[in-house]
Amino acid sequence: MKLKIGVLGIQGDFAMHQKSLRKLGVNAPNIRYNEELALCDGLVIPGGESTTFVKLLKKTGMFDALIEFNENKPIMGTCAGLIALSTSLINHNMETLGLIDISVERNGYGRQVDSFIDDVRVDGIETLVEGFFIRAPRIRSLGEGTKAIGFHNDEVVMAGNERILAMTFHPELTNDTTVHRFFIDKYVRK
Amino acid sequence: MFKFSKDYKLKVGLAEMLKGGVIMDVTNSEQAKIAEDSGAVAVMALERIPADIRRDGGVARMSNPQMIKEIMKVVSIPVMAKCRIGHFAEAQVLESLGVDFIDESEVLTPADDKYHVDKWGFKVPFVCGCRELGEALRRIAEGAAMIRTKGEAGSGNIVEAVRHMRMVQSDMRRITMLGDEELVNTSKEMGVSVDLLKYVQKHGKLPVPNFAAGGVATPADASLMMQLGAETVFVGSGIFKSDDPAARAKAIVMSTMHFDNPDIVAQASEGLKDAMVGLEIDKIPENERMQERGW
Repeated sequence: MKLKIGVLGIQGDFAMHQKSLRKLGVNAPNIRYNEELALCDGLVIPGGESTTFVKLLKKTGMFDALIEFNENKPIMGTCAGLIALSTSLINHNMETLGLIDISVERNGYGRQVDSFIDDVRVDGIETLVEGFFIRAPRIRSLGEGTKAIGFHNDEVVMAGNERILAMTFHPELTNDTTVHRFFIDKYVRK
Repeated sequence: MFKFSKDYKLKVGLAEMLKGGVIMDVTNSEQAKIAEDSGAVAVMALERIPADIRRDGGVARMSNPQMIKEIMKVVSIPVMAKCRIGHFAEAQVLESLGVDFIDESEVLTPADDKYHVDKWGFKVPFVCGCRELGEALRRIAEGAAMIRTKGEAGSGNIVEAVRHMRMVQSDMRRITMLGDEELVNTSKEMGVSVDLLKYVQKHGKLPVPNFAAGGVATPADASLMMQLGAETVFVGSGIFKSDDPAARAKAIVMSTMHFDNPDIVAQASEGLKDAMVGLEIDKIPENERMQERGW
């Protein structure tokens, strides 16, 4: 059976994730309804605006459905996706899914003029990964049970637990599918 | 073929993040807060919305930096601001303020009757308006990282936005069917490079996101533009010129996400008060049509 990894399609660069996943031979539908979510083996929450995500998730009833989905299925989140998955924000009072115990600073590097591209080192991936940091958040602390997985210089930019892989950058904006493959191998197929 | 530098990829990357969302015009921090709370993906900070610029007449310029800074302070979503066509000094000021996107906009009075801003020299990404594919590609050649159809700003009438979006889409479909040997001549006719045309020929789309603007006033307008191929909608006067801005803003956000689900668009439209009063395009004298600005 072909793997089915959905991409949350309420807003953001979901199409880029779908492109990366499809390159790996995975079925990657756009997910906007609970019924569609239930049929997936895993989910990606893309980049976009986290405030918009959370408002629309709440309104459409997908907020609780995502929490339930994660009881036995893995979720990967990039940038705004990481913010939505985190337990707490240090500079914003928005509600979050609380599925990975990290505390996050939104727009941690500043505004768009401070966005940058740089190498990221990931434990378990031999080559360096090109990281697009666009108005990116910063992980300010990791709770118990959360593992540091990826690093920019010495700062943690990718973290995970049993069923969540979250990163502050955008692997979907490159042609390299290493990070998506890593998610499939270590989280979806394990 | 058209190549993306790293800096350009970062600019286009931010435009990618705004897809599937609604960008709202706001004139003060209260409106900006309402927009963010309604689920806007970004706000456009400007002193007067297009409908008022049209009413007041005179020269419309970049907004006061103080007002833009106040809006940047109260919201966490990206903040955009407009400079006049060709006014690179206004663009420099906006970059120094740290806005996240600059709209080189026909809504303001053009400052240069010949040239647009050379956008490659800026770290901040630019969005520019277009009415057809040639205009879109010329702006991209100057460094724009996002394109939006012009529509007719401040009219509350969707007809021009539809016309421009259909024109761009139909031009692109035509290019995909051309043979390589036909591209050079088309390049001459359209005033755009063969490289950019090759990109469109191969991908059937622009190398940057293509959004819609200029006349969106209702949830169904947003759904219409998304179904015609827009990847996000700008709502200018449509929200804060209506009788219930917060409810209308939320309804338009919902209808943009579920643009292909009429049940949800219907539900979102229920109970809204009156939309802004619209203008018939024929009644706007040609020299007062904002879409004619830029080339």
